[in-house]
Amino acid sequence: MSALLEVRDLVKTFGSGEAATRVLRGLSLTLEAGEMAALLGPSGSGKSTLLTILGTLMKPTSGSYAMLGQDLIAADDKALTTFRNLHIGFVFQFHNLLPDFTALENVIFPTAVRMGRETPAARARGRDLLVRMGLEARINFPSANLSGGQKQRVAVARALMNAPELVLADEPTGNLDRASAMQVMDLIGQINRDEGTTFLISTHDEKIAGLCRRQIVVGDGVVTG
Amino acid sequence: MLYAFKIAARYLTASKAQTALLVAGVAVGVFIFIFMSALIGGLAEFILSRTVGDISHITIEAENSDPALLIAPVPDGAGHLLFVTERGGARTATLADAPTWVPLIEAVPGVRAVSPQITGAGFVTRGAQVRQVGVTGVEPGRESVILNLDGYMVAGSARLGSGLIVLGRDLADDLDLTLGQTLRLQSTNGVTATLTLSGIFKTGNGAIDGARAFVSLSTARTLFAMPQGVTRIEIKLADLNAADATALRIRALTGLDAVPWTDGAEQLMEALDAQAQTGYFLKTFALITIVIGVASALLLSTYRRRPEIGIMRAMGAGRGFVIFVFVTQGALIGVMGGVTGATLGYLALLPFPARDAFKAGTLPLDITQGSYGLAITLTVIGAILASILPARSAARVDPVTAIGQ
Repeated sequence: MSALLEVRDLVKTFGSGEAATRVLRGLSLTLEAGEMAALLGPSGSGKSTLLTILGTLMKPTSGSYAMLGQDLIAADDKALTTFRNLHIGFVFQFHNLLPDFTALENVIFPTAVRMGRETPAARARGRDLLVRMGLEARINFPSANLSGGQKQRVAVARALMNAPELVLADEPTGNLDRASAMQVMDLIGQINRDEGTTFLISTHDEKIAGLCRRQIVVGDGVVTG
Repeated sequence: MLYAFKIAARYLTASKAQTALLVAGVAVGVFIFIFMSALIGGLAEFILSRTVGDISHITIEAENSDPALLIAPVPDGAGHLLFVTERGGARTATLADAPTWVPLIEAVPGVRAVSPQITGAGFVTRGAQVRQVGVTGVEPGRESVILNLDGYMVAGSARLGSGLIVLGRDLADDLDLTLGQTLRLQSTNGVTATLTLSGIFKTGNGAIDGARAFVSLSTARTLFAMPQGVTRIEIKLADLNAADATALRIRALTGLDAVPWTDGAEQLMEALDAQAQTGYFLKTFALITIVIGVASALLLSTYRRRPEIGIMRAMGAGRGFVIFVFVTQGALIGVMGGVTGATLGYLALLPFPARDAFKAGTLPLDITQGSYGLAITLTVIGAILASILPARSAARVDPVTAIGQ
């Protein structure tokens, strides 16, 4: 395996002066392509901040971050937006679907926003992904009418739409019952095995973490294990 | 950007009640804009038609030349005698070539009618009663081309002929005259004619109804001792607003001093201009209301959809895409509100009489002056401008903060 991403000495400070809070304190991490890693750590340890920085949604105060050989610290907002669209998928704890759109429309959003329209090819891939998620009967359902587990599977399908190299999942099962959580994790594991997509999953759940081949423990703003 | 358009349309259809209210608000603004345009335009038409609709739009008058100075030698050779002729009260100048000019003027574009006339002053005598009148001699068949005599007749006919006279109702009442009775008309040249009253009119203008007499051109020639030519040529235009330009053309064509009605009508023009300015203000306020309404509604929408904007940004939507979505929403609201308001405005104006049929006591709303296209265009532009601030605000949404909400 080769390094998909590498961060060195990441520091992230929120606020300034006496109110300054240093969340990341020189965190370094390397993720290999095709890995399925769990990100563990107590609340406030910096897991979400790390995912946000890795997702290019936020820049660190200092440190370096390169993915696919590109320096993502120096890149401007437009370049980061394009990079994120092509190479990074997100799964959030609360699915964060667009409520006024159907399941299929949510899934194909990352491609449609890049192409400027919904192409037949994008629709076909979106359908395939939803079928793989076991949602063939919900393809054209308004996303607001789906159950929590169904919404999260739609969110996973959306994260995979542009076939990204990296999927960042922040507590993807945190809002689901055990059966739904296991169903979502099975799907993630299957995609990781079949397509080699790298997953970094933030979780508090030891059982969910046990399903990942690597566990990264974050504590007090650095990787501790 | 088709996709941004789809999202904008979806946002609008997703909140039907809110969108309907917003479109209704814009439509009301457009309706007011159109109503004010029709009212201000119609009012101007009404005032113009009432004030200058029955007068000549362009007038050519014969110019009285200055009296001649005569110098004669004194018989004994001691010097010269200077004779000065005082200017008389009676009009003596004539447009001798009027028969040549009239067809030329009639051929000028925009000229609706031409009336060669002989005008002067005189006295109407009925028994012991005497009234001073202004006498207008017009060609039979052209009685109503300037002042719409036919439209104002309350008795008899406006048709003029040899030995006939048409008077205003006030004058006829003063002299206890009824149709068919005879009277004497003496001109300032001292010529008297006995005429039969063939028609009585009432214009509502006391100066005309009480002191104007119409006779045929041939009768006027006799009264004012003018065997050929006329004293003035009155011209009616299809568009009275074109009087200045048409007068210039007639001047260039004939060399005659054609005077448009706007000369000496500065006060009326100023009043109409002030009225138009008032209209502009009211229409501007209507547009401002539209802009504020759209901007505030879209700002609220931006705030409500912050998490969704954050998701879009996280999924790779650029700031430009987000701006386009919200500006498109503004444009769609503008189009829908504009077309709805314009349609409602048109339908509301339909029952009102057309500009040619305005009557006193009714609102002079001119449906042709609704400025429908302008209203829709300005509304769409206003709505787009109004959406820029919310759109920029949406584009600045921090996806991390928004998704965490």
